[in-house]
Amino acid sequence: MAFGKRIGLKGFSYKGGGPMLAWLLHRIGGLVMVIFIGLHVLASFSMQQFGSDWGTFINTIYESWQFQIVLYFFVLFHALNGVRIIILDFAPGFLKYQREATWVQWILLLPLWGMSALIAVLRALQGG
Amino acid sequence: MHMRTVPSRGFNLDYLMWLFTRISGLLLVLLAIVGVIGAFLMGARTQVDLPTLIRWTFFPNPNHVVNSDIPDVTQGWANAYWQTMQMLIFFFAFTHGFNGLRVVLEDYLGAPGVKFLLRSLIFLLWLFMMIIAVFVILAS
Repeated sequence: MAFGKRIGLKGFSYKGGGPMLAWLLHRIGGLVMVIFIGLHVLASFSMQQFGSDWGTFINTIYESWQFQIVLYFFVLFHALNGVRIIILDFAPGFLKYQREATWVQWILLLPLWGMSALIAVLRALQGG
Repeated sequence: MHMRTVPSRGFNLDYLMWLFTRISGLLLVLLAIVGVIGAFLMGARTQVDLPTLIRWTFFPNPNHVVNSDIPDVTQGWANAYWQTMQMLIFFFAFTHGFNGLRVVLEDYLGAPGVKFLLRSLIFLLWLFMMIIAVFVILAS
């Protein structure tokens, strides 16, 4: 909605490529973390102090391996993307390689996340 | 829809939080690495799964979760060192996170009256969450 125009759904067809995807995932991941980790802290407080049912309910979902795999993806992506942003902010000479930098980021992220996710899935299939 | 203003240059809230976001981001990565190493040293090495490792890396208190798969490391974690580390993680994570929430929200809602209300609400929420988190750490 820049310059007062209503763009609506057309905004999604903007072809920003890898760096735009990184910006979007960084933003979505940040919101996911604030919302769900904040909720987990509240649920834990309520569970620890009052033994409340809703706290236990939220924490059961939060601690499940399915939820942790998704959350771990966002945490890891946010961390790696943040380090890329910090490097590019303090060494602006690298800015012309930022498209390549997002590729390096995926090359680091996929094995780190994939191995952890695989181990979590395998252990869950073994029943614990 | 209002026009977004270009933030003024110099030493102000936007610059301070820009700097804080970068410094706290690096510190959070560092604290996470310290936490993972600590978790492995305390016995996660032989009994790890992903949810448990994340849980015990960032907040290794036994009674704030439904189930924990590492039964015998409680003594190792319950001391002033790890409690201080957790408080540091919480301070940096919440400040970084709520400032990020402010930045995202102000991209969409930034009329001058709304902005003050938004910032006040986010500050109160931040304060509330910090108190809750420190309480959970100390009460464990």
